[in-house]
Amino acid sequence: MNKDIMVCGVGGQGTVLASKIIAAAAMREGNTVHSAETIGMAQRGGSVTSHIRVGEQSYSPLVPPGSADIIIAFEPSEAVRNIAYLKAGGIAVVNTSPVRPVTESLHNTGYDGSKMVEFLKENCSCIFVDSDEINEKLGSAKFFNVFLLGVLAGSGKSGIGKDSLTAEIKKFVPEKFIDVNLAAFEAGYEKGTEFNADK
Amino acid sequence: MKEYVMGNGAIALGALAAGVNVAAGYPGTPSSEIIETIAKHPHEGTYIEWSVNEKAAMEVAAGAAYSGARALVTMKQMGLNVASDPLMSLAYVGVKGGMVVVSADDPGPISSQTEQDTRRFADFARIPVFDPSSPEEAFEMIQAAFDYSEKYKTPVILRPTTRVCHAYAGIDAPESFAAKQYDGFEKDPGRWVIFPKLSYKNHGLIEQRNKDIADDFSGCKFNFTCGPATEKAVVASGVSYAYVKESLKAFPDIKLIKAGTAFPFPEKFMLGALEGVKEVICFEELSPYIEEQILKLIGRNHLGIKVRGKLDGTVPHNGELSVSIVTDILSDFTGISADKPADISGIPPLPVRPPVLCAGCPHRASFYAVKQAMKGRKSFFCGDIGCYTLGNAAPLEMVDTCLCMGAGITIAQGLHRADKDAVCFAFTGDSTFFASGMTGVVNALYNEADMVLCVLDNSTTAMTGHQPHPGTGRNMMGNIVDKVDIAKVLEGMGVKKIVTVDPLDYPKAVQTVKECADLPGVKAIIFKSPCIAIVKSGKKCTVSDKCIGCKKCIREIGCPALIFENGKVRTDKSLCTGCGLCAAVCPVNAIGGNANE
Repeated sequence: MNKDIMVCGVGGQGTVLASKIIAAAAMREGNTVHSAETIGMAQRGGSVTSHIRVGEQSYSPLVPPGSADIIIAFEPSEAVRNIAYLKAGGIAVVNTSPVRPVTESLHNTGYDGSKMVEFLKENCSCIFVDSDEINEKLGSAKFFNVFLLGVLAGSGKSGIGKDSLTAEIKKFVPEKFIDVNLAAFEAGYEKGTEFNADK
Repeated sequence: MKEYVMGNGAIALGALAAGVNVAAGYPGTPSSEIIETIAKHPHEGTYIEWSVNEKAAMEVAAGAAYSGARALVTMKQMGLNVASDPLMSLAYVGVKGGMVVVSADDPGPISSQTEQDTRRFADFARIPVFDPSSPEEAFEMIQAAFDYSEKYKTPVILRPTTRVCHAYAGIDAPESFAAKQYDGFEKDPGRWVIFPKLSYKNHGLIEQRNKDIADDFSGCKFNFTCGPATEKAVVASGVSYAYVKESLKAFPDIKLIKAGTAFPFPEKFMLGALEGVKEVICFEELSPYIEEQILKLIGRNHLGIKVRGKLDGTVPHNGELSVSIVTDILSDFTGISADKPADISGIPPLPVRPPVLCAGCPHRASFYAVKQAMKGRKSFFCGDIGCYTLGNAAPLEMVDTCLCMGAGITIAQGLHRADKDAVCFAFTGDSTFFASGMTGVVNALYNEADMVLCVLDNSTTAMTGHQPHPGTGRNMMGNIVDKVDIAKVLEGMGVKKIVTVDPLDYPKAVQTVKECADLPGVKAIIFKSPCIAIVKSGKKCTVSDKCIGCKKCIREIGCPALIFENGKVRTDKSLCTGCGLCAAVCPVNAIGGNANE
């Protein structure tokens, strides 16, 4: 299998764990996998990206522009920031709920994510989810990353099996949080199947 | 079964597979996870430490290597500047057991002050350097580096870059590890005591030996060519090799020369690889090291080969390379235009996200207390390296200078010598204080400086991922150890005024700063409050209807948990830690819910 997947968001949203689970699940299925993360100073409230590359012929640790099959965006403006990586015909899974940076509160630019969502609708095929709504249902903001993995699996776009993802979730999350994460995954899976053309 | 690990993990597993006995380092992005990964594989015969700084780590490793043990020392590239004193001399003395220095470079730079190139350091010190292009190669190279080190009795450098350190790959590591057996230290002053006579003798031997290593490198697997014999060829090293391989998918086959060992330069290999080549382009990050070696080679051998790269302006000197940059340059070089993704127009303005201090970070409170206490007084704020460098951002704007580890303390002294009217503050973190701050304090005392030292003690090394340090009472072997008490250290040095204060106790913090600023000599304030990442949050702050929407809290402290919506401020519950600084700032007492309520 050859797939390029990007996970993007704002430092602290749980993008790194999501990308590790995707990469490990793809490897579990016997693929050659490479990935890369943003680590260090940029994590403190900055834009973060994870690049996951599946396939023998992927040399660069970073996804080249125009190559990503899927972008999983934890924040609408971060989806737009990375749109150049999406290949023609690729799909973006986007959280519509914005993260307002301190600079925005200071300078009152009125950023609320809506222009980003409009732009994305016009420029690529998207699966939109709203973390505010989901977190309310899940009872915490801590499981939204795993919810998005469920959406990814349900959509059938990643080529990575549901069982592989859930097996890795069990490995990566602390034991006492496994059940609640799996529930979040299932909720996401259900949401994702709405967008699965092959179901 | 392959283990899916970060490049730094691959380096660690490689060192373990090589039987490393002693591993020492000082945290620094992008190198920190090497020591941490080794610590996760405890076994008999391997000792690990976070040293107090890179110089200490280098010397600990050297001592172990003198004894025949295999020693690893890790740091980021600027750490090698700190450790350069022992390294330069160690290059002359040499080692008995294998010793590998991992110095991780940071093109970009992504989280560093400089874009320096460790390959230059290797050349300067006349010691071999390996330059991995992927985590898989780093895993193999560090094992080879130990072998070369032992074979040639010299320290050897492994120089990964951020994209190798922080890339992940599947690594075939052994199931278990066995540390090397060694004889122990044998007294031999003629070998281990550096004197001018020894240095003169060894200098000659080293240059002779480096020729042998260059020949050895010429036949090693890290230097190879691929593709057909074409007149135009590409040379790549480090992660640039991965970018070129990726980019070449869009071009017809062309000769690709991979250079994995920069110094001593594998001249025989390169001469062979360049046979029949008329024009060559070099892709490497940071400095044009390989390019310069090829130019020398061409000059000495009177070869008519045109060399392109950084020196003729084809490849940028600064920043990272990427598949896109390489593709653009290769299109020009080959005269073949590669398919490029279409430009996307109409992208709306994106919010900027500079890194900021976390919500509830005690550093914010410390900076704000000093700022308020010094309002209207001429004062300079010297920062240092750590999370607290982020205190430079609006609205705090409390970092006037930042240079290198520990420099804030001594720069504050220099500023005061040149401008006696200003109250000069130095901010240093707890880990930085131990790493290289103490000497500066002694300098201030000895030379009767006037300054206020602010130690921002959050009980961890936060920026690099929460490593323990001498003040935390834990070490890397997992042992509980005696804490080195910063206040007692300062007292022992002779600082007369030392106050420890909780920065989250806002009125007291401001009062302490005012009091210290008015006293002559060296004063120390220890702002003690743990990093929010290592303690549980308190009761979260809530904003009541009393909020008049003046935004003073946002304008004054810029906490990411404060959000302005529909004419009022609210707190983001997922970020707020309940530090209560906003409550202290609010002019109408609209914020509550925290401990200060």
